Amino acid sequence: MNNTNEKKLEDFFNKLSERSRTHLLPTLLKAQELFGYISENTALRIGEVLKVPAADIYGVIEFYSLLYSKPTAETVIRVCTSPLCSLKGSDKIKKALLEKLDLQEGIPSTDGRFMVESVQCLGLCDHAPAAMVNNTTVCDLTENSIDDLINGTKSGPDNNTYSNHPVITKRFGKIDPLNIEDFIREGGFKGFAHALTFSKDELIYAVKSSGLKGRGGAAFPTGLKEQGVVQGNNSEAYVVCNADESEPGTFKDRIMMSRDPYSVLEGILITAYLIGAKKGYIYIRGEYQDAQVTFAKVIENAEKAGYLGDNIQGSGLSFNLEIRSGAGAYICGEETALFESIEGRRGIPRNKPPFPVESGLFGKPTIINNVETFSYLARIVSDKKKVILSPNALTPSGTKLFCLSGDIVRPGMYELPFGIKLNEVINDWGGGLEGGRAIKAIILGGASGSFVPREHWNIALDQETLRAAGLSMGSGVIMVFNETRDIRNILVDIGNFFYHESCGKCYPCQLGTQVQQEIISNIKRKGPGEDDFGRLEDVGLTMKDSSLCGLGQTASSAVLSAMVIWPELFRSTDKVGDN
Amino acid sequence: MVTLYLDDIKVDVDENITILEAAEKVGIEIPTICFHERLTPPGLCRMCVVEVEGARVLLPSCITKVRDGMKVKTDSERVVRARRTILEMLAASTDISGAPELNEQIKEYSADIDRFKDSEKRTFPVKDDNPFYMRDYSKCILCERCVQVCSADIQFSYALTTAGRGYTNHITTFYDKKLPETSCVFCGNCVAVCPTNALIASNEYGNKTGDTK
Repeated sequence: MNNTNEKKLEDFFNKLSERSRTHLLPTLLKAQELFGYISENTALRIGEVLKVPAADIYGVIEFYSLLYSKPTAETVIRVCTSPLCSLKGSDKIKKALLEKLDLQEGIPSTDGRFMVESVQCLGLCDHAPAAMVNNTTVCDLTENSIDDLINGTKSGPDNNTYSNHPVITKRFGKIDPLNIEDFIREGGFKGFAHALTFSKDELIYAVKSSGLKGRGGAAFPTGLKEQGVVQGNNSEAYVVCNADESEPGTFKDRIMMSRDPYSVLEGILITAYLIGAKKGYIYIRGEYQDAQVTFAKVIENAEKAGYLGDNIQGSGLSFNLEIRSGAGAYICGEETALFESIEGRRGIPRNKPPFPVESGLFGKPTIINNVETFSYLARIVSDKKKVILSPNALTPSGTKLFCLSGDIVRPGMYELPFGIKLNEVINDWGGGLEGGRAIKAIILGGASGSFVPREHWNIALDQETLRAAGLSMGSGVIMVFNETRDIRNILVDIGNFFYHESCGKCYPCQLGTQVQQEIISNIKRKGPGEDDFGRLEDVGLTMKDSSLCGLGQTASSAVLSAMVIWPELFRSTDKVGDN
Repeated sequence: MVTLYLDDIKVDVDENITILEAAEKVGIEIPTICFHERLTPPGLCRMCVVEVEGARVLLPSCITKVRDGMKVKTDSERVVRARRTILEMLAASTDISGAPELNEQIKEYSADIDRFKDSEKRTFPVKDDNPFYMRDYSKCILCERCVQVCSADIQFSYALTTAGRGYTNHITTFYDKKLPETSCVFCGNCVAVCPTNALIASNEYGNKTGDTK
């Protein structure tokens, strides 16, 4: 059997467009799939073919959670232990599973059949607790569904969404997501057709005046990015779609890709036309196998229909799109780490400047946007007249995809207008809290977001209002916790998440995520120590102020915000005058 | 030429230099850990961060270029807290007894090396697998200079890599092999640039570190 697999790996090499380092991650994922791990000999062979130093290959394998240098098992069950799944009891499920299979976490069974491990957020927070059994997702687990886990019986997700103002979700339910004709019938590629009639300046004006800002969390104006690349007048440029959705509490991109994937492609195409890119990538996280399968089909159909390839729709634009799979690393959602990953390296963020618009993928000017941003871009450009004649028609960019999760009656994805009140989303849309309980806490923005002070529970959800209150919606996450929840448990889960996902390059984050996690765990276990408030504050502010990238800069947000709202949880009462 | 203000001192310098270089010209000392003048600055230790007016976060002076009209504080409260906390966390994670420069900085910033003493230290058995040098990674601060010199910065031997992620990062070889079984050519460059004596010539081990073999 092994020989067959070795032959399959050689076949894989033969199909590569070029034998170079950029194919390292796809190759390692292939080897992982074929052999269940990457042996020394396999790694050496890969290094020889792709011309990558052996030590570098080992460094890459040991960086990504879905790659292994030691044997795993036929069936690997990964139970999500991120904040929301943990809240819903994933730890108990993992324990029950380990007990039933008589295994220890991370160690394969002696017969090589099973291995159980923890995984960070699977983007199924509306179906918590969730798990993956090899490539199959299993949702809404209970202690009674352990057998489903072992058998990998598929259950969900249903991907229901809600909106009274559908803009980018308006095709949902009206189309077969994979049918390109359905998409075209419902106004698809109209934005691309419009774009072809625009000059570059007009197109940039249209995007800028729409007020569209990046939907991945950083909210950078999309039009400014485009302007940056166009002004550079580049001979070679790239478009990249960031589908490495991994922020705990975020699942909108997964749903977007499953229900209207061509709209994402359309936004990518418009951008490619604008900057003259011939090649683009969509980097989909390794845990989103369904989305990868969907997009492979989307690309195939688009090629057949003349929306990818040479001279697209007679426009003179030739553009190809390639899927790249992540391999289990939240940090690769950081744009420069994502480039490193596509280039075949450890997903380590680069120092900025230079910014991607000057020097991005392969050192070339690059536009990288989130899935939702591309879809929205297509929608804006398809409505040409409105945008050009009345720049404020959709300001600030109309609607946003919100991901509602936690102790809520109807968790799910909601497309709602910017400016909607937070309590309205929770109560009117989300149906309030399960069991009619009261709210204890709300986090906006995911694990890298902050707890919302009670006086802001009715705050308007638009970027300006939130910023003035020291908050951020990030990628659109709203996590709700009921009165029975212990804030310290939530912080331990968030602390563990960042401890696991820090790349470790810069000291503040490498050391800070460890120290923060230790102090929080100690507080939970035995109450706050004498200097814990001061220590957490110094560590948190040091990470926020001096980390290299957005991960480290926000890894302490939740803790710092909790310290303002519930200072008593962090202060020792043993000593008078402490802090 | 550009004009900038370093701690309110007006400085005229070439436009292509860094804040760190500009500071050096006027005698303002900014501490560094990972920076080495002969290597590509990785900008990872963040010890050299400074506060630049208008910037949301502190900026690493070793890689941030000067700009006309820039106003820089090299020892503001935020800067000092970051440096002190980085040193305190480093002392908690690593055996820094063999790192004289770090110990000087700890004194200068009044860093309390016991601040995080309940934290788990990274400890590894000493690797003594070749006649030339030993690797005591309990003393490694992950500045990555050794990986740099072994790779494209100097030697192109590519024997070393960083493996792991986050706090579990560590310097190692292909599948953790002994050095003689790797592409190492024993050039000694890594030993020369190691700032903490984590890499040390075998015949010096003990003399410099006080450890016994």
